Amino acid sequence: MRANNVLGIIHSQAFDSNIQELTSVRTMASVPFGCRYRFIDFPLSNMVNAGISEVGIITKENYQSLMDHIGSGKPWDLARKREGLYILPPYNTSIASAAGQRNRIEAIYSNMDFLRHSRHEYVVITDSNSVYNFDFNDLFAYHTEQEADITIAYKHGKVPKLDNMQILTLDENKRVTEVAVDNFEEGEVDYSFNIFVLRKSLLEYLIKNAIAHNGTSFAKDVIQPNTANLKIVGYEIPGFAAMVDSLKTYYNVSMDLLAPENRKALLNPKNPIATKIADNVPSLYGENSKTGNSLIADGCTIEGTVENSLLFRGVVVEKGAVVKNSILMQGTIISANAKVDSIITDKNVTISPNRNLSGDPSYPIYFTKNIVV
Amino acid sequence: MARKNEVISMLLAGGQGSRLGILTHKIAKPAVPFGGKYRIIDFPLSNCVNSGIYTVGVLTQYQPLELNDYVGNGEPWDLDRSDGGVHILSPYQQIEGTDWYKGTANAIYQNIHFIDKYDPDYVVVLSGDHIYKMDYADMLAYHKKQEAACTIAMREVEWKEASRFGLMLVNEDGTISEFEEKPANPRSNKASMGIYIFTWSKLREYLIADENDPESSNDFGHNVIPAMHEAGEKMVAYQFDGYWRDVGTIESLWEANMDILSPASGINLNDPNWKIYARSPSAAPQYIADSAEVSNSMVTEGCSVEGKVDFSVLFPNAEVEEGANVKYSIVMPGAVVKKGATVQYAIVAEGAVIEEGAKVGAGPDVTDPDEWGVAVIGEKVVVGKDATVPANVMVNENVEEGTNYESK
Repeated sequence: MRANNVLGIIHSQAFDSNIQELTSVRTMASVPFGCRYRFIDFPLSNMVNAGISEVGIITKENYQSLMDHIGSGKPWDLARKREGLYILPPYNTSIASAAGQRNRIEAIYSNMDFLRHSRHEYVVITDSNSVYNFDFNDLFAYHTEQEADITIAYKHGKVPKLDNMQILTLDENKRVTEVAVDNFEEGEVDYSFNIFVLRKSLLEYLIKNAIAHNGTSFAKDVIQPNTANLKIVGYEIPGFAAMVDSLKTYYNVSMDLLAPENRKALLNPKNPIATKIADNVPSLYGENSKTGNSLIADGCTIEGTVENSLLFRGVVVEKGAVVKNSILMQGTIISANAKVDSIITDKNVTISPNRNLSGDPSYPIYFTKNIVV
Repeated sequence: MARKNEVISMLLAGGQGSRLGILTHKIAKPAVPFGGKYRIIDFPLSNCVNSGIYTVGVLTQYQPLELNDYVGNGEPWDLDRSDGGVHILSPYQQIEGTDWYKGTANAIYQNIHFIDKYDPDYVVVLSGDHIYKMDYADMLAYHKKQEAACTIAMREVEWKEASRFGLMLVNEDGTISEFEEKPANPRSNKASMGIYIFTWSKLREYLIADENDPESSNDFGHNVIPAMHEAGEKMVAYQFDGYWRDVGTIESLWEANMDILSPASGINLNDPNWKIYARSPSAAPQYIADSAEVSNSMVTEGCSVEGKVDFSVLFPNAEVEEGANVKYSIVMPGAVVKKGATVQYAIVAEGAVIEEGAKVGAGPDVTDPDEWGVAVIGEKVVVGKDATVPANVMVNENVEEGTNYESK
């Protein structure tokens, strides 16, 4: 199989409830990450870099900011006459009403027409609460080589605290022999990254079958019961890959980018992660500014001190202000002589002069969009 | 047939820019990188769009490949339009033979049919080597109010510098009574900025007459403007007091880059109401390491800084390694300054490498003031380990390890 024979499907909304702070005004896919990206940029860029030319993004609610970010799909070269990018808004059917589109099965079921119309033979399905950068063509080649029915990309480590997480038992040939769902073992295990490769026809069959049997969980009603009658194999994701299950892991994964090896793996210029172009000016570092071990987007003005932090576009750190161990999203202003440590500010937060705010790296304080502290 | 446009722009981007030396060996002047993530042409193009002019002809001739690539379909400037948009206009073969653009006026003359297609009332003629933000709509309103045949943007320069410019003697009502081209003893300090608005029906007539004159050098400043003036057409000056720099020389290019670091200079690129658009590479956020010291500088996406950067402009994917010292310099896309190297008062062009311990450029304080100038390291040039490059030279070939570069 080749990437130009694969349709991409991205769930934009899964796990919104796990980081309610960041998803109260947006869907998971449009949560800002890594100074200039949104989560959706990662699955989307991985798909496009592999040569996938048709991607559907399944939405449920709160997707205005996602649509604003995606636009016509131009930054990912998906603004095409033939195929390209499709935003799939909630769609009412007798079985899955918009409000009742409660799970992945219903989400895909309500977009069966889109699946049917695609000329591609295979599909790759992803979520949008994780970051990774690897060659999907290797995943597809592996799927073919293994003569698999379903390939699940997985990672070895502690299971993220999310619903419907699948812990895989793999035999020596990487075949999945057993799937445990929602079993939060303490130790390190092989867990599914919710990236699935399979034939489109098989997906259609499995979804229809699950709906016919009142299935509600893709993990429990599609994957788990089929380990014996389908050949399901695991593919270990190479390089840096991380899944976000809470505000705390969001913070930790963001901070991981400060390590050069992680940054080089995830933001590899050879397989660039594309994002919406913002036309910001370069960042300006003022006369007495001090910046160390930080990642900075364009459009920032730094006149104070910034350490171990991530600054999104257009952040202002005024004179005498000190920013440590923090994530400041687009348009945040840290006013003169304010000191902040271990905080996360959403877009357009203003911290007033001389304020002193600190959380702890193990429990960062979050400030919601557009507030003035 | 295109829809009628009231006004369209013609951007003269064909000049070699020979005074920029090795920076324009492989690219046309308007494609020279400027200000951290821009190219010079982004300024007139963004001005057009911000002024509501959505049909722009870009006249290219010298080394057009990179410029054509850069302008592309015009999408970064919202100039990818079904009606109008940006068009690259290169010289082409015609039934009566092939001509290069012989001069600025001839370049427009050869594209009369392009302009006619849009049936404009007015044509804005712009240069591709100026850094400024200007609302051409205001200038056009003035042109209409004056019912002029030609409006020339003008600024007052220092008297001592006036003799370097094309000057105008301007009456109280704004009309121009006389032109002086770089006079030894200036009678005016009102200099032409090389930005013109013409009433198209008039310009069209004079372009044809100019082409039929075998004596003419087919240049706007030397031929067409004087001819219109002599014939008694109404020529007016439009005063512009904002920031404007001609970046046609190494010194002026370097200075204009330094200007953007200083809020007092009058050019503010961080203006949401007048954005300068550029074709941006998609690069990771910039990383400033613990060992870095960055101040008074502009740094952009893809850069990695571990050393010291002061009063400098870093372009996308530039790298400054640990212990390196960059000051009063411009480091263009992808250039690398390695460990312990020093770069000062220099322009390091795209992809150049300054190896460990090398020294490039020198300050005006340590050099004979008459000999001083900005050092320029050409595209992809490697300055070897511990090599030295003095001030005021252009280096277009690799410099061997441990040697002192001497200009030939």
